[in-house]
Amino acid sequence: MTEITSLSLFELIENIKEKKISSNEVAKSFVYRSEKSKKLNAYVTENFENCLKLSKEFDNKPNFDLKLPGIPIAVKDLFCTNEVRTTAGSNILNNFVPSYESTVTQNIWNQGGILLGKLNCDEFAMGSSNETSFFGNVQNPIAKDLVPGGSSGGSSSALAANLTPVTIGTDTGGSIRQPASFTGTVGLKPTYGSCSRYGIVAFASSLDQAGPMSKDVKDSSILLEVISSFDKKDSTSIDFKRNNYSSELTKNIKGIKIGIPKEYRVDGMPDEIESLWKKGIEYAKDCGAEIIDISLPHTSYALPTYYIVAPAEASSNLARYDGVKYGLRSSGESLIDMYEKTRSEGFGEEVKRRIMIGTYVLSSGYYDAYYLKAQKVRQLIKQDFDQAYNKVDAILTPSTPSSAFKIGEKSNDPVSMYLNDIFTVPVNLAGLPGISIPAGTDKNNYPLGLQIIGKPFDEQTVLNIAYSMEEKINYKNNITDWWME
Amino acid sequence: MDGIMSKNNSEYLIERNDNIYEVVIGLEVHAQVTSNSKLFSASSTKFGAEPNTQVSLVDAAFPGMLPVINEYCVKQAIKTGIGLKAKINNKSVFDRKNYFYADLPQGYQISQYKYPIVGEGNVILDMPKGQKQVGIERLHLEQDAGKSIHDVDPSNTLVDLNRSGVALMEIVSKPDLRSPDEVNAYIKKLRSIMRYLGTCDGNMQEGSLRADVNVSVRIKGSTELGTRCEIKNVNSIKFMQMAIIYEANRQVDLIEEGEEIDQETRLFDTKKNETRSMRSKEDAHDYRYFPDPDLLPLEVTDEFINQVKSEIPELPDDKKKRFIDEFKVSPYEATILVSDIDTAKYFEEVVAKMGKNRDMKLAVNWITGELFAVLNNKNIEIARSPISAKNLAKLINLIKNGTISGKIAKTIFELMLDGDIDPQIIVEEKGLKQESDPKAIEALIDKIINDNREKAIEYKQGKEKLFGFFVGQAMKASAGKANPQLINEILKKKL
Repeated sequence: MTEITSLSLFELIENIKEKKISSNEVAKSFVYRSEKSKKLNAYVTENFENCLKLSKEFDNKPNFDLKLPGIPIAVKDLFCTNEVRTTAGSNILNNFVPSYESTVTQNIWNQGGILLGKLNCDEFAMGSSNETSFFGNVQNPIAKDLVPGGSSGGSSSALAANLTPVTIGTDTGGSIRQPASFTGTVGLKPTYGSCSRYGIVAFASSLDQAGPMSKDVKDSSILLEVISSFDKKDSTSIDFKRNNYSSELTKNIKGIKIGIPKEYRVDGMPDEIESLWKKGIEYAKDCGAEIIDISLPHTSYALPTYYIVAPAEASSNLARYDGVKYGLRSSGESLIDMYEKTRSEGFGEEVKRRIMIGTYVLSSGYYDAYYLKAQKVRQLIKQDFDQAYNKVDAILTPSTPSSAFKIGEKSNDPVSMYLNDIFTVPVNLAGLPGISIPAGTDKNNYPLGLQIIGKPFDEQTVLNIAYSMEEKINYKNNITDWWME
Repeated sequence: MDGIMSKNNSEYLIERNDNIYEVVIGLEVHAQVTSNSKLFSASSTKFGAEPNTQVSLVDAAFPGMLPVINEYCVKQAIKTGIGLKAKINNKSVFDRKNYFYADLPQGYQISQYKYPIVGEGNVILDMPKGQKQVGIERLHLEQDAGKSIHDVDPSNTLVDLNRSGVALMEIVSKPDLRSPDEVNAYIKKLRSIMRYLGTCDGNMQEGSLRADVNVSVRIKGSTELGTRCEIKNVNSIKFMQMAIIYEANRQVDLIEEGEEIDQETRLFDTKKNETRSMRSKEDAHDYRYFPDPDLLPLEVTDEFINQVKSEIPELPDDKKKRFIDEFKVSPYEATILVSDIDTAKYFEEVVAKMGKNRDMKLAVNWITGELFAVLNNKNIEIARSPISAKNLAKLINLIKNGTISGKIAKTIFELMLDGDIDPQIIVEEKGLKQESDPKAIEALIDKIINDNREKAIEYKQGKEKLFGFFVGQAMKASAGKANPQLINEILKKKL
C-alpha cells in the first residue's frame, strides 16, 4: 500500500488507466497514510469516508478519458468546497460549510479528481510558516518542529509526506512557491488571471492566484492543465489560449535565454543560497540555455509595496466577516459591540495586524502617500520585468532567502517573517507565472528551491525550463516517516 | 417661520433685518436602475418580494464570491447620461466605499468615486417665468444596501437583503437650484426624462427615487457659496421642500445671530418638520475609497455609446417642441402633455385616432380637464385610464361633427367610465343624438315663446339677461339634446 503513495500523479494515472490499480486502492493508500500522519497536522477537515465511497463509484463506472481518473486530492482549505467545511484557517469560519464550489476545485472534480480533505494553511493565507492558522502548527515532514512554509503549509507538508499525490495552493506573495521550497516539492504560481478566483476565500484580490503543487514538474503541468480556465464568474479571469501543458512539456530548452537579476543578491543572503543559485545557473547552461545578466532596478521596493497593497485589499476583503450572515458570531450588546467581539475572537494576531495596516494605508490623508504610491511603484516593478523580457525568455532566482526555520523561531518577529517573501513577492506584483523547484539542500539537509519566472501566460516555457533542470538537478527528498504512528 | 417668501422668478428669498438671503440647493438623486437583475449578480430586483428571497451568494457576500458587472445596467446609465445631455466617459472605475453596517453584507459598497461613467450635463426646467437650466455634475453607478428592520422583533434588528446589490444611479446636480419650487420641477423633470428612457420608474413610494439635499444660504448677490448641510435620504418631493425651508431658515437664523454653520449631515424628521444633526464633519466616515480589485476598469467604446444614442426615444424637450409646431398647442399645454411619457403617449394616440378633422383644442381640454380630474379622483395612472384614447377620440369627434353637444358629452363621458364603452353606442342606445334640425328647434322655440309671452316682452324692452332663461328652457324642453348654437341663432331671430 505505501508504494502507491510514493508514485507521482502521472504514474498513478497511468496505472489506473492500465487498470493495474483501482481508484479505490489509491484512495485507501492515501487515506491510510493520512490517518497515520496526524502528527503533521496537515488536515483541517478530512473527507476520507466520502473519498473512499466516491473512488468505489469511480471504479464501478470508470471514465479513463478524464485527466485525473479517480485520483484522490487534498486541497488547501482556502478553496470553498460544496458541503465540506471551509475555514481558511480561521476561527471566524470555524463552522462554515459552503453551498457552492470554487471553479478551480470544480475543474478538478470534473476531470475525475476526488476530494480527500482540506489542508491546513495560515489564517486567510496570511503567513509564511503556517503558524497563524487557528488550527495549529503544521510539521514539515523533512524534520521535526520545522515549519512547512506558508501560507500553503498544510499542502506542502501533505504533499512531501505523500498524504496526497498532488495538491493545490494559493499564492498571494509566495504562498505556493515558498512552502514548496521548504519541503523539497514543486509549486507553480500561474499568471494572474489564469486560474479563476471564484470560490477562493479572498486575501488580496489583485494578487491571489491558485496553482498546482506536486512532487515533480510533470505533475504540475498535468494539474495546471486541469485547473486553469477562463471563468466569467471572475471578472479578472483572462480569456487566453491555454496550452496542453503536459503534452507540450519538453526538456529541450536549447537557446532559451534566461536572465539573472543582479538585484536579487540581497544583503545578508546566506552563502548556501548564493551557491545554490550559481549551481542553478550551471544546470541551466547544461540544459542548453543562454544565461544573460539583467537588471530589475525596483526590486528592493517590492516588499514594502506588497505590504501596503496586500493588507489594503485584505482589510476590505475581510470586512464581510462581521458575524451577521455566517461564521462566528459573538454576542454583544449592540451592533458595534457584536462586531468588535466577533472580530476580536474570530481573527488571530497576524490577520488583525494586516487589517490595521490596510485600514491605515487607505485612510484619508494617508492614501496618496501609501496606497497610491504603492500602486505607482507596482507599475514600475511591472515595467522592470517587461523590459527584461525584451532580452530574455525567463528569469532564474532563488525561491527563498533561507531554508525552512524552526517553529516559533520567527513568530514574534513579523518583519523577519515578511522578508521570507522577498524573492517571490515581485512576481505577484507583476502578475507573472513563477515556479519553485527543489535544487539542493543547506547544511542541515533541508531543501532549497530555485525559482523560474516567466512572461505573462508563458507557463509552458517556465514548465519546460523547470522540467529540463529537474532532470539535471535530480533532487530527492530524504524523508524518514518520523511522524508516522 | 418668519421668513418672507418671494415668488419673484422662482427664487426662494429670506428677509431678516434688512438682509436678503437666497438659498442654494444641490441634489444627489439616487435613482434605481430599471433592470430585471442586480448590478453585480443575477438576482431579481422585483419590488415587494418576501424578505431575503432575492439574494444570491454574491449579494450576501459569501466567502470567495465575486461581482460581475451587469451590462444592461451600464447601458441604462449611459442612456440616462445621454438624456441629461452629458458626457459619457469611455473609461470609468468601480471603487469600494468601506463601512460597517448590518445591511451592508460586503462591508463595503461598490460605487464609482473618482471616475464616474457619466460626466457633466444639464436639465432644462420649465418654470412659470420661463426656462431655467440646471447643471449636472456627474452620474455614477453604485450598489444599493439591504434594509434594516427595527420594528418587527422587540430585541433584534432584522435584515432584508432583497435590495442589497440593486443598481442605483447617483445623479449629482450642480448647486444651481434656488427654491423648493425649482427642486420640485427638477425632480419631476429628472423623473420624466428617466421614464421616457425607461431607465428608472421614478416610483418614490417604492424607494426607486430618493435624494440627499445639500442646502446653504448666502446674501443675495454674493457669489461665494455658504457652508452647506446635507440632508440625507429624503423620499418625497414634499418632504424635500419642507426640509429645505426649515433648513434654510435655520441657517439664516444662525448667521443673523452671528454664529457659524457647521458643515454636517442632517436628518429630516417628517413628524416634527425639522432637520436634526446626524453627524458633524469631524465625525464624518472615512470611507477609505479604493479601486475594487475584483473588477476591471469599465471601458465603453464610442461605437457602443453611438449605438445607445441611436436607441434614444424622443425626450420631453423635443416632444414639447414638436407638439407646439405640429399640433399648435400652447407652450403651457405642451409642457403638461409631455411631462409624463404616458400622458404624451395618450395624447398622441387621441390625436391619431381623431383622424383628419381633428380638433386639438378639444383634445387638450378633454385630457387635461375631464380625464385628469377622473384620474386624480380615483388615483389612477393614465396608463391604466378607464377610458381608452381611442374612445376619447371618438367622443371628441362626436362633439366636433355636431352629433352631440359638449354638455351631453360630459354625460356620455361619465357613462363611458364603466368599462370603456364606445361613446357611439351610448349615443345610440340612450338616444342622446343632438337635435340639429332647424325646423324642429324652431317649433320648440315657438312653443316656449308662446308659453312665456310676458318674459318675451320684458326681453324686448331691454332685459337682455332673460335670453339665458329662454336658452335654458329650450335645452330643458329638448332634454339637453338640441344643438345650442342653433337655439341661440333661432332665439335671436324670434325674439
